[in-house]
Amino acid sequence: MEKLTVVEGRAYPFGMKNVDTDIVIPAHWLKTISRTGLGKGAFEVLRKEPGNVFDAPEYAGSPILIAGDNFGCGSSREHAAWALADLGIKVVIAPSFSDIFSGNAFKNGILTVVLPQEAIDRLMEVARTDPIHVDLEQQTVTTRFQDRFAFEIDPFRKHCLLGGLDEIGLTLGQADAIGQFEAKDAGVRPWLVPAVA
Amino acid sequence: MSKPRTLYEKIWDAHVVERRPDGTCLIYIDRHLIHEVTSPQAFEGLRLAGRKVRRPDLTLAVPDHNLPTTPRRDAQGQRIPIADPQSAQQLAALERNAPEFGVRLIGDADLEQGIVHVVGPEQGFTLPGTTLVCGDSHTSSHGALGALAFGIGTSEVEHVLATQTLLLKQSKTMEVVVEGELGFGVTAKDVALAICGRIGTAGGTGYVMEYRGSVFRDMSIEGRLTVANMSIEAGARSGLFAPDDKTVAYLKGRPLTPKGAAWDAAVAYWKTLHSDEGATFDKSIVIDAADIVPNVTWGTSPEDVVPVTGVVPDPASFADASKRAAAQKSLDYMGLTAGQRMEDVAVEHIFIGSCTNSRIEDLRAAAALLKGKHVASGIKQALVVPGSGLVKQQAEAEGLDRIFLAAGFEWREPGCSACLGMNPDKVPAGERCASTSNRNFMGRQGPGSRTHLVSPAMAAAAAITGHLTDVRELLNEKRGEVVA
Repeated sequence: MEKLTVVEGRAYPFGMKNVDTDIVIPAHWLKTISRTGLGKGAFEVLRKEPGNVFDAPEYAGSPILIAGDNFGCGSSREHAAWALADLGIKVVIAPSFSDIFSGNAFKNGILTVVLPQEAIDRLMEVARTDPIHVDLEQQTVTTRFQDRFAFEIDPFRKHCLLGGLDEIGLTLGQADAIGQFEAKDAGVRPWLVPAVA
Repeated sequence: MSKPRTLYEKIWDAHVVERRPDGTCLIYIDRHLIHEVTSPQAFEGLRLAGRKVRRPDLTLAVPDHNLPTTPRRDAQGQRIPIADPQSAQQLAALERNAPEFGVRLIGDADLEQGIVHVVGPEQGFTLPGTTLVCGDSHTSSHGALGALAFGIGTSEVEHVLATQTLLLKQSKTMEVVVEGELGFGVTAKDVALAICGRIGTAGGTGYVMEYRGSVFRDMSIEGRLTVANMSIEAGARSGLFAPDDKTVAYLKGRPLTPKGAAWDAAVAYWKTLHSDEGATFDKSIVIDAADIVPNVTWGTSPEDVVPVTGVVPDPASFADASKRAAAQKSLDYMGLTAGQRMEDVAVEHIFIGSCTNSRIEDLRAAAALLKGKHVASGIKQALVVPGSGLVKQQAEAEGLDRIFLAAGFEWREPGCSACLGMNPDKVPAGERCASTSNRNFMGRQGPGSRTHLVSPAMAAAAAITGHLTDVRELLNEKRGEVVA
């Protein structure tokens, strides 16, 4: 996974609330067996609307997306995170995220930043003309107009994103602990292994 | 004496492999269901890294999303090719990956095949007190049997395949209490929609729900599966029901449940799985059963719920500006106007199916209304897609297929079908469907499709009249017929 430390660039001033993952990537794009190439399908329905931010030339290739409340609700499809990554998005900033989406984003090296609605409103305004600066180490979002918004992040997620660490590799390092759990649990729940069909 | 714990806390505590100083826990996963859409990239990841599946015996693969619901084998038993090459490719990937990694696969033409969330409980793969995951948000369904069950993304699927664990933070707890008795014609689906309408699609975010109160105690396991299924529509990754005698009776004798002494040990363990007296929840939602009526959705979010006897809300009536804008956008998409009576909304499509409502009780409820009736002339397509081959077989044994066919419905093979239109079953753009599925998102049932979420009985009622209809009127008519 690519390391993520500082992201600076233009941001899509999207702002929509309750964006479900069907909006991020419609179901007919889920038939791929690869993780790449989904950017073309990202926000497909919204991109049919003239004047949408995703096709506006001034925002092309922006690494940051600013969204409304409850971003990524609905389906668990990780294709939503893959589609954003394929668009080149490295940070999504919103007042709140669905639990599943923020986990998926993190596992694909995308930082989800939770900020209050007032901060979102301000960043939406700045994004129309100027770049936005996100610093994961400092946990801040700043602009050239002296705006400075601090955000919280789970320390483990921060550590993994900064180091570009592979979570599966890390957990496989705990194989002994997993084996010990299985051995102990077999005494507590001897019925766990399914009957052979 | 130890601190009273909720059911969620008990299951969580029993699965902690390792607790980190920041509170993140490595949680053991007891059951992993796999389907063809969210697993190819996970298996690919394992292959590239030279990794194996740690516990293939705790893993079960079932294709469901892409399968056509038309016959899959010809008279000679040969596979009928799948027209969409991408669907065929995903199915082929699952059929290749499962044996390569030693995972049991229930194949597309096996009697036991079906929607993964119907198959898990039906086979007894889902058990109380287990942690169960699947790369699908409706994994919350399995909470009906007292499993801590939740949807995961493909990276997590790969993580579980490789390690049989997930790194998780403990959720907050929310009790959803519905006391009293459900009114005439009110079903589990109406309860689920009422909860979504009450707390909104983000209301449960960060929480695991536990369904408590007399309505849920009295509810059948299949009704509980419907309610738990839609926990995710209210934002909660999981929704739990404490296992009880109904749970034990439901599971007894199913193919993958423990047998003999192991069964007795399991039942004794399951009896301990309930929230302790005095356990506290972070949030409590209380709904009076008497306030729940047959519901429909009017918009493009499962929280857009009104009684079927109600009207399309006026966007101006929402307090918050962004909600007003969202409501107007929904109405434009849905082709509805504020103040329009829901019962005046004509539909062209009926879909009875999905992991929410495709089990035998759902089909019985719809067939009971359709018996001796026919779909209205304005209905272009009415589909019944049973949740599994076993549900289909049972329904046919009861003659339900003949009732549906005589009423003008199509009787299909099991799968996810028109719930999300990954297979050929779609609602065309601009057309309207009364659907027993779980999501009315824009384009969910096909690009431009318009979805109204309803219970199976309400879907049958809409089929008969050609518009959204209060099922209680038809049920009253039926009563009259029986008396006469």
